[in-house]
Amino acid sequence: MRKLLNTLFVTQPDVYLSLDGGNVVMNKEQEKLHRIPLHNLESIVCFGYTGASPGLMGYCAERSISIVFLTMNGRFLARVIGESKGNVTLRKTQYRISDDEEKSAEIARNFIVGKLFNNRSIIDRMARDYPMRVDVEQFKKASKSLLSSIREIRECTDLELLRGWEGQAAISYNRVFDDMILQQKDNFYFRHRSRRPPKDNVNAMLSFAYTLLANDMAAALETVGLDAYVGFLHRDRPGRASLALDVMEELRGVYADKFVLSLINRKEMTADDFVKKENGAVLMTDESRKTFLSAWQMKKQEKMTHPYLNEKMSWGLVPYAQALLLARFLRGDLDEYPPFLWK
Amino acid sequence: MANNSEETYLMLSGLQHFQFCKRQWALIHIEQQWEENVKTVEGQHLHQKTDQPFIREKRGEKLVVRAMPVQSRELKLSGICDVVEFVQDESGVELHDSPGKYIVHPVEYKRGKPKKNDADLVQLAAQAICLEEMLLCKVDVGYFFYNEIKRRVEVSLTEELKDSVRDIARDMHQYYERRHTPKVKTGTFCKSCSLQHICLPGLMSKRSVKSYIEGSLAE
Ligand code: SF4
Repeated sequence: MRKLLNTLFVTQPDVYLSLDGGNVVMNKEQEKLHRIPLHNLESIVCFGYTGASPGLMGYCAERSISIVFLTMNGRFLARVIGESKGNVTLRKTQYRISDDEEKSAEIARNFIVGKLFNNRSIIDRMARDYPMRVDVEQFKKASKSLLSSIREIRECTDLELLRGWEGQAAISYNRVFDDMILQQKDNFYFRHRSRRPPKDNVNAMLSFAYTLLANDMAAALETVGLDAYVGFLHRDRPGRASLALDVMEELRGVYADKFVLSLINRKEMTADDFVKKENGAVLMTDESRKTFLSAWQMKKQEKMTHPYLNEKMSWGLVPYAQALLLARFLRGDLDEYPPFLWK
Repeated sequence: MANNSEETYLMLSGLQHFQFCKRQWALIHIEQQWEENVKTVEGQHLHQKTDQPFIREKRGEKLVVRAMPVQSRELKLSGICDVVEFVQDESGVELHDSPGKYIVHPVEYKRGKPKKNDADLVQLAAQAICLEEMLLCKVDVGYFFYNEIKRRVEVSLTEELKDSVRDIARDMHQYYERRHTPKVKTGTFCKSCSLQHICLPGLMSKRSVKSYIEGSLAE
């Protein structure tokens, strides 16, 4: 597997990025702030209305360094994508399958199998590691119900049914999710998912983590030559990276949720890190966003063994590994798409 | 392969990839998936050349032309010859802008020392076929120039060798027509392959995904 490089997060909105030799230069009001060699970078993520020169964009596009523009709160604005990599044949295969509901379902179900499998692992681990803190009976029940859903889903070739099963499973998982918050219960709780806008601290963090993960996923898919916008489970919708959302299903729990839980349980984020707007929207403060991003970077560098490839790699490469495996499946090298099954 | 337009031509330099590993060739030439090192090396290669196309030197009886674009309708391949030498000889062919008659030799530059390598030979023979077609002549001899020892080695480009080039080129086109990346037997040669991180040769011998999933569920 290739090496994981760094991500440059630009959190100041009034910074302009330009290219100088093989470096990205951050300028603020004619003044150079930093200079970073691009060969060390995997991606650049800009928050707020940061600007970047076309020269820099071209350089990065050619070298598969992704540049993403997000609003200050992490909502997606745009991604710079160069000439698409890979042969059109791969994309045509992707489009053909996407148009075929049954074939789509066969792939989509493995995304869901992966998601439920991993969520179940999270629950089992929690019950094992904190038997005195959580309601073990409740956890065992959730775990069992996820397992039986997985068995049904393995046989399911209908997209609508599949979504139904998934919704069912989400209820079991969400029911115990709040119980996995072991610290700071007064300020951190999970009732249900609220997105636009997130209405509590936990949802604010989840939204932010999902955005970061979705961007990594989309970039990884484009790198292996797939079209991040044409999905199998999520149907096409303008401006939505459906395939990125598809493959991300497997990683939401094990990557993003677990990350958010550990920030709370280790008290790396506290109530002071959030502000509540008049309309009930909860936002992370500028400072806390930095804390969050640097913890996210650390998480990406952490190593584990990929369950299917049996290879040691960093967490940050998992989106790439799954994208590569999906491409290999579409190419006909594999009998099924192998989801990331974390134990 | 009815269509003989130049757009269907494949890269002559692909011959060596194809012989090394058909899958590697397909990854590079069909899927256009390549790792930075292959890309940059080939890129630089091309750059140096195209920066100075048709530079010709006259050295006494010899005319030396660098970076000569060549192609063959028969092989449906096109590429660039490092160096082509034209040596004045009564038995040769006429060139349109130089007086006299010449015999033609392709010369391939190699970084290292001489080693027996069929892939290199095939490459040179393919260049010879291109030159024969373009100049209407016979090309029976080519050279490898080894940079490390600054020496050239003469190679005889036999009909037999050229026939094997024709077979390989036909094979290549068949794969290309199907846009098919073959699953090939992997081997120790994968260790020296610059595409192993993309190819994932380990996948070829992996258990089925079905048993991976069922196995994980059973544990
Ligand atoms: S890793 Fe092995 S099988 Fe794959 S392209 Fe390279 S040589 Fe061929």
